[in-house]
Amino acid sequence: MSAKEQNRNPAETIVKEEREVSKVKLIPVYIMGKRYEVPEGLTIMKAMEYAGYKFIRGCGCRGGTCGACGTVYRRPGDYKLQVALACQKTVEPDMYIAQIPFFPANRAQYEFLELTSAPEEVFKLYPELFRCVACNACTKACPQGIEVMDAISALKQGNIAETARLAFDCIQCGLCTSRCFGELVQYHMFQLARRIYGARIIPRAEHLAEMIKAVNEGKYEEILEKLKSMSEGKLKNLYEERETEPVTAGEDWRPKDKSYL
Amino acid sequence: MKTKARNLEEPAIASMEVLGVKLEEISRWNCCGAVYSLAGDDLIRQVAPVRNLIRVKEQGKNEVVTLCSFCLNTLKRANLLMKEDAEKRNTLNSFMDEEVDYSGEVKVAHLLEVLRDEIGWEALAQRVKLPLRELKVAPYYGCTLLRPREVAIDSVDNPTILHEFLKALGTTPVYFPYATRCCGSYQIVSNPDDISAHAWDILSSALSHGAEALVLTCPLCDYNLGQGQKELMKKHNGFKGMPLFYFTQLLALALGLDPALCRFELNYGEPELLLRERNLLL
Repeated sequence: MSAKEQNRNPAETIVKEEREVSKVKLIPVYIMGKRYEVPEGLTIMKAMEYAGYKFIRGCGCRGGTCGACGTVYRRPGDYKLQVALACQKTVEPDMYIAQIPFFPANRAQYEFLELTSAPEEVFKLYPELFRCVACNACTKACPQGIEVMDAISALKQGNIAETARLAFDCIQCGLCTSRCFGELVQYHMFQLARRIYGARIIPRAEHLAEMIKAVNEGKYEEILEKLKSMSEGKLKNLYEERETEPVTAGEDWRPKDKSYL
Repeated sequence: MKTKARNLEEPAIASMEVLGVKLEEISRWNCCGAVYSLAGDDLIRQVAPVRNLIRVKEQGKNEVVTLCSFCLNTLKRANLLMKEDAEKRNTLNSFMDEEVDYSGEVKVAHLLEVLRDEIGWEALAQRVKLPLRELKVAPYYGCTLLRPREVAIDSVDNPTILHEFLKALGTTPVYFPYATRCCGSYQIVSNPDDISAHAWDILSSALSHGAEALVLTCPLCDYNLGQGQKELMKKHNGFKGMPLFYFTQLLALALGLDPALCRFELNYGEPELLLRERNLLL
């Protein structure tokens, strides 16, 4: 720090900082009922941190995929309850915010390997499935835009594949369950449906089995040994000169050297 | 229907296609709740059936056909409510503010009504390739096709629709007094012994009037009259069991469709044995 700066009145520095902050527009939001002024453009999560909250739970990936930061809010004058992930949604003036980072939900215990793909097994594990009255509150509460009620309906119909398809984007935030009139645990049911779908229903990739067979039969032993004994320089050279798939290549693109396909 | 009564659904779809009617499943349907709620202030139970009717309307259709008698009963009564009770209609429409408004525009019909009113018994009879002449079956209506009166598909006291249907398939239906008696319905959950006694009344009455099988329309009737037959055989000397057919299975069979479509393996007892004895199955 220079002598000139050292001699400056500390109050001056504070005034300068305040001016910089004031360039960002502050908007009022209500976090659990208390009014705060937070910079416009922040996500709900960052706005809460700006207001002084520290997250030790209810915060995970900050990228919209872990489902830890389920949030409900209301806009002034609107009876509709809105939902969001706090890490994704930016603040709006006068919004009332509350987080529901966790909601107690019944998760059935099962030995997955003992399950077949019969719908009756799901019905037994989650008998409350049939308490659904199609009120659709779950769908309205989904920050992922999933047709939750339709996915539950498909499960009641025994159509596990359709449930897995409809609920593909579920990140298990649990907001559906928090709103359910019939006390269903949609997101755990979906997880079970997706597990069954992935393990028992989806067709196996034939080319994978072929490739595993080829590997086991030693198709790549020779080239691997060759690569292992190569000098670093040669290896780098080989890597740099390798044939790569052009960005515009279609699905039928094949390399010139087909010996390792 | 989709898990427990494929033997009702699959022959129906195949048969109707042969008769020139393509049944199209409602997209995004949900369970109607099966039992119509009688509580006047229990409007939430009306949401599911009404939502199904809205789906029909959304798809640009004005008629919905059910294969299940319970669905018919629940949908038709919910439809009447939406048509006639303005206050409840407003409450329900306002609750479902994400859907289009509904006021009972869709017509609800049972498949038997489509066969009677749109195809006709005579036209049906002309399409029969394998008349069920030798089969002595008694029609069993149960309750939900006929009661309450405002949703009945036929005369409440003296229904003939299943009789006419069987005549069109080439057989003479057996009359018996318990054809419209309730099978006991959901009492099976809390009073299984009563259901067993009920089932025996119905089955033994049909037997004593000369029937060798019952024909029915409802998966719950099928369950109540079918699942306890083994116990009844132990209890009543000489009772050898009675096959139960869904009306759609006999329809497919008479139209000459592949019997595999009828999914007889899902029926109680051994219905195929009887069909073989009557030269209706190879």
